Amino acid sequence: MAYKRQIDRLPIIPADAQEFNVTCHYCIVGCGYKAYTWPMNRQGGTEPNQNKFGVDLSEQQFTETEAWYAPSMYNVVRQNGKDVQLVVKPDVNCVVNSGLGSIRGARMAENRPSKVTGTQAQRLSDPMVWRNGVWQPTSWDDALDLVARVTAAVITQGSEDDLVVSMFDHGGSAGGYENTWATGKLYFESMKIKNARMHNRPAYNSEVHSSRDMGLDELNYAYEDYELTDTIFMVGANSMETQTNLYLNHMVKGLQNGARFIAVDPRRTITIASSEQFAGPENVLHLAIAEGTDMVLFNAILTHIVDNGWVDAEFIANSTFQGGEAVAQDEAHPAALGSLEHVMATCRTTLDEAAEICGVPAADIAKAAEWIAQPKEDGSRRKCVTAYEKGIIWGNDNYRTVGALVNIALATGNVGREGGGVCRLGGHQEGYYRPSDAHVGRPAEYVDQYLVRGLGGVHHIWACDHYKTTLNASEYKRVHKRRSDMVKDAIDMAAGGSRAQMVEAIVSAINAGGLFVVDVDIIHSQIGQNAHVILPACEANEMNLTSMNGERRLRLSEKYMDPFGNSRPDALIAAGVARNMERVLREMGHDAYADQFKGYDWTTEEDSFMDGYNKGNPEVTYDRLRAMGNNGVQEPVTGFENGALVGTKRLYTDGVFTRHGREDGKALFCAAGWRGWQAPGKAREQAAHRFWINNVRANIFWQNQFLDQKNDFVQDRYPHPFVEMHPDDMVDLGLNPGDLLEIVNDNGVTQGMAYPMPTLKRDTVAMVFGSPAGSQGNVVSPGVNELVLPDYKHTWGSIRKISDATPAARKVSFKSHEVVL
Amino acid sequence: MKCNRLVDAGRRQFLRGSLMATAGAAAATVLTPEQAKARALARVDYPANRLANIADLMVNEPMDISYPDADSPGVLLKLGQAVEGGVGPEGDVVAFSVLCPHKGWMMSYSAADKTLNCPGHHSRFDCETGGQQVWGHATSNLAQFTLRLDDSGDIYADGVDELIYGRLSNVL
Ligand code: SF4
Ligand code: FES
Repeated sequence: MAYKRQIDRLPIIPADAQEFNVTCHYCIVGCGYKAYTWPMNRQGGTEPNQNKFGVDLSEQQFTETEAWYAPSMYNVVRQNGKDVQLVVKPDVNCVVNSGLGSIRGARMAENRPSKVTGTQAQRLSDPMVWRNGVWQPTSWDDALDLVARVTAAVITQGSEDDLVVSMFDHGGSAGGYENTWATGKLYFESMKIKNARMHNRPAYNSEVHSSRDMGLDELNYAYEDYELTDTIFMVGANSMETQTNLYLNHMVKGLQNGARFIAVDPRRTITIASSEQFAGPENVLHLAIAEGTDMVLFNAILTHIVDNGWVDAEFIANSTFQGGEAVAQDEAHPAALGSLEHVMATCRTTLDEAAEICGVPAADIAKAAEWIAQPKEDGSRRKCVTAYEKGIIWGNDNYRTVGALVNIALATGNVGREGGGVCRLGGHQEGYYRPSDAHVGRPAEYVDQYLVRGLGGVHHIWACDHYKTTLNASEYKRVHKRRSDMVKDAIDMAAGGSRAQMVEAIVSAINAGGLFVVDVDIIHSQIGQNAHVILPACEANEMNLTSMNGERRLRLSEKYMDPFGNSRPDALIAAGVARNMERVLREMGHDAYADQFKGYDWTTEEDSFMDGYNKGNPEVTYDRLRAMGNNGVQEPVTGFENGALVGTKRLYTDGVFTRHGREDGKALFCAAGWRGWQAPGKAREQAAHRFWINNVRANIFWQNQFLDQKNDFVQDRYPHPFVEMHPDDMVDLGLNPGDLLEIVNDNGVTQGMAYPMPTLKRDTVAMVFGSPAGSQGNVVSPGVNELVLPDYKHTWGSIRKISDATPAARKVSFKSHEVVL
Repeated sequence: MKCNRLVDAGRRQFLRGSLMATAGAAAATVLTPEQAKARALARVDYPANRLANIADLMVNEPMDISYPDADSPGVLLKLGQAVEGGVGPEGDVVAFSVLCPHKGWMMSYSAADKTLNCPGHHSRFDCETGGQQVWGHATSNLAQFTLRLDDSGDIYADGVDELIYGRLSNVL
């Protein structure tokens, strides 16, 4: 039977409970929540004057009431050293979510660490160092001293290229302007680290280089554009599952207002199913293309639009480049960029050619073009908002495919206008503010391969777990473990010696091919098993944190509880590393180098915010953001008037494009020439294996799965990583629902639980990405797209059964996900 | 036969109608020591309500019920196949709240796959696995009513295993 909490009553929020603004830190949407805290020895009552809602709670409350919260929204946490009661519930007054919670965000309270209720017992509370064969808790001073001494020794004996850094670049969660600035200042200002990578890809680079090179920031609209548009054009994304409340609170309103919905996805997603319910099936067009062929489809749509004269000629004349080629194809630009006319010579694709390659009817491609761009009967232009995500970002030929999609939006003038925009949907919130990364270069170093080749001596890891979220993970893990074990052995051998002897032993092991690993995280992660020093960080709301969501809405998510144990904000950990580097380098006699690490005398995360983001955006302060509440302000902030920050609802309303840095302000089109599989090894792998191993997400733990490893509600639903398959394929392989299976190819092996999904195509499986218990990255080859963009989405393998369903898997419901109304 | 959408609309009205009929008993603001003592229970006391007689149930045809009171609508089901937690001679009788634990919309029963489905935002719950959320936005599985059968075949509800939507105490 399904897991039940057996809770029959919850404490009532008293009328005078403290109230805090919270932006959900799990995903890009950034829904507004309110946190309420009150002392343990007090409780509210059912009478209106006794509770925060001012309503009679002895009565049943209606649908969508503000005056109810689920058990997952309650916890007991520490605040200023005392235990307090906590409720975190969706904010009805936030324009992002209008009171809607999701299966992730509405569990924020339950996912706070609590020594009283035992939730998140996995959280790290103290710095730890590898000593005598185990991780021993220690003081910050001791741990940071060891980090600084080993790091300083290695980069002074060799160079800064010997320090490899994995660091998050996002907002929300443990990211945000405070923390990206602090880490950025440490590695890009005090040092000039080239061998850096981000949490989800093996290099330090943009995921949408082409959009930026064409002049467009990838987050250029407002969420309300989905409500104002005529057509939602969604590519390689599944927003009902992932950007849940963006879909429910904005896209659904658009569909109910009469907007049509085009989905480009090889599989039928829950977003497509729900859109059929909300808009009527006749207003939903699903282009179930063959995997990796998106660019051809976009080129055919563009060609059809151009040939029918449905382009926005005025916009093209005024806002896009006119003189042929503007940027030539070279090592840093996988396609030439220029005028529409110029790139059409490359992009031109007939409907029939595309139908052949993409495996969808030519008539459907024509229909998509009509829904996007055919003027209405009264001659007015159709509005279309284009949204894309990992299906093409982690797909085939990233640069040209994203470019081909942006081409359509530009040709139809659907940027900078109501009901328009061409945007990525996003994963985490954004919160990037760092010194220039120009020294990293383009293409950036493929850092995973650098480590695999035995290069680099010290690895600083900030809230990244490449065990779960990198490609070629099998080999990466093998090498990372072997190299870090060499250092562990050296530490064990040197036990009992002085600090200087210990550092010497570590450095010799590094010189012999070892790797010294420092892991900064909130939990003891899988890659953290290779760490020699573990530094405990805290999350949003254990600190103040600023981030912006997918429509650039900037909020301050307020601190309402203490950091767990002795954990600290990443910003202050980075400052601690810097201060120790300065001290140690000075001791070593490197005065000038030591001076580069000055300027970290911060005591709070706000100090980091003021040092970084505020210097670039002097209008924006914590006090002003606090006053802007959960609706915040949309970036860029342009001023402060009448006591309020003034923002920017959508970008490029003036038709001037700047993201590429061109002085003429003209957007460029992309010459997206089709060339089949771009990343090396993909075609061979496809030919060698029966199953395409697509990787997908699940709403229940998207973006916060690491917190749910022991969550009973989540584990009860998915006790093992799911691998969705067509039932006939399961019969072929002798698999029953819930059976454990193995996916095998030349890159490695991973495992999961067979889950029947009749809407899938044959010989295709959809495996959850990033699972702690079965990394899909194990079977992804090291082949990357140009500019070191991983093509996680295209992996092929063979499948075999390894076990009957476990008792936990036998209790799982295997019914269809699609609602039956 | 009514389609599910109409059933759904009917149920929503049932909720609103019954609410108007509810006599709200105001809680005393100041408790006497005796009252405080009387209320000093860690969990709510559930009433034992007769929902139906087993003979009234047809296989896979949902029966509207309410529990623990008229403001908490639910459904009583004879699934036709034994399930964990089911009662009756066939072990197949179960009952659930029909208020979606996401935002409290009224759910309708799909006999085709024995699920409860929410028109609000498309969450759905499996009546054969104790109300497990098959897919959806709620942060709990569906509240199930504990059932008991007496010798005459009368079915009683006498407990609930999750917090019912819209109330901070299962018994108001
Ligand atoms: S949609 Fe995203 S931001 Fe909103 S509550 Fe869910 S996880 Fe949080
Ligand atoms: S109320 Fe049921 S899914 Fe939202």
